[in-house]
Amino acid sequence: MKCDDLLALLNDYVDGDVAPALCAELEHHLAGCNPCQVVVDNIRQTITLYKAGEPYPLPLEFRNRLHAALHERWQHAPTGDSAPTRASTEPPPDS
Amino acid sequence: MTPEPDLELVHRAKAGELAAFEQLVNRHERQVYSLAFRLLQNQHDAEDITQQTFLNALEHLNRFREESSFATWVSRIATYGALKVIRKRRGLEWVSLEAATEPADDRHAMPHPEFIADWRQSPEELVNRNETRRLIEAALGQLEEKSRLVFLLRDVEGLSVRETAQALGISEVNVKVRLLRARLQLREQLTQAFGDPTRRLAPHQHESMDHE
Repeated sequence: MKCDDLLALLNDYVDGDVAPALCAELEHHLAGCNPCQVVVDNIRQTITLYKAGEPYPLPLEFRNRLHAALHERWQHAPTGDSAPTRASTEPPPDS
Repeated sequence: MTPEPDLELVHRAKAGELAAFEQLVNRHERQVYSLAFRLLQNQHDAEDITQQTFLNALEHLNRFREESSFATWVSRIATYGALKVIRKRRGLEWVSLEAATEPADDRHAMPHPEFIADWRQSPEELVNRNETRRLIEAALGQLEEKSRLVFLLRDVEGLSVRETAQALGISEVNVKVRLLRARLQLREQLTQAFGDPTRRLAPHQHESMDHE
């Protein structure tokens, strides 16, 4: 296996979607190829980095506006179910 | 005192307690706003979507079946809301652009890793510093829009390839190609910034492009 073959399978490998036999072959390559191993590590760290981040604090003025809007909505439709449904604003199911 | 679990706050909110819902908002507003900002790359739209998301969640709280976490539920609402804005922005362009970039042999244009080195700091250290955080977000902002969306839905939000394809209206093959491109491009930029130059490794030489 060459570095390019690994590149082609990189996504599946990082996601754990590679069949066991092929996976063993990949890991054999990685054990002997430091650059590829570092690339794989870098990519895992990249994903972790973005997953861990909540980089944008709410602007204070917006935060006040948001909470005011919630109070306003609460007064007009205090319970969840009774509100008329509008297909365009319907949240997706959580399953 | 351990904080009250989200689910208990959800129950109290469903029973009619606005204060409980507000606590949920306090806990998750930054997560939702950050997600919206990353998707839309624009403060005004991110504010709109964040507000819509929580108003929506409040209005439809009784439909939240508690099969996922509250955090996941509001993230999904925000994501679908943001995608709607993006589609509206693009209008018909979305369709034609899709047709133009659909071929899967995009692989030829796949960037090869150039700067290969271990990072000097852990991801945990990097997300907690303003300097590095800005850099991380700038790298994301430089991705082509659809690659950015695929990366956020798939890697940050954890949607499956199929769910990502459906949400964006593109093929699963296209999701995979774009995801690989996004991951490689982000890796390259971040490693240039965070990699230890004294431990830089040369890529293996290969004649990859010649054999076809």
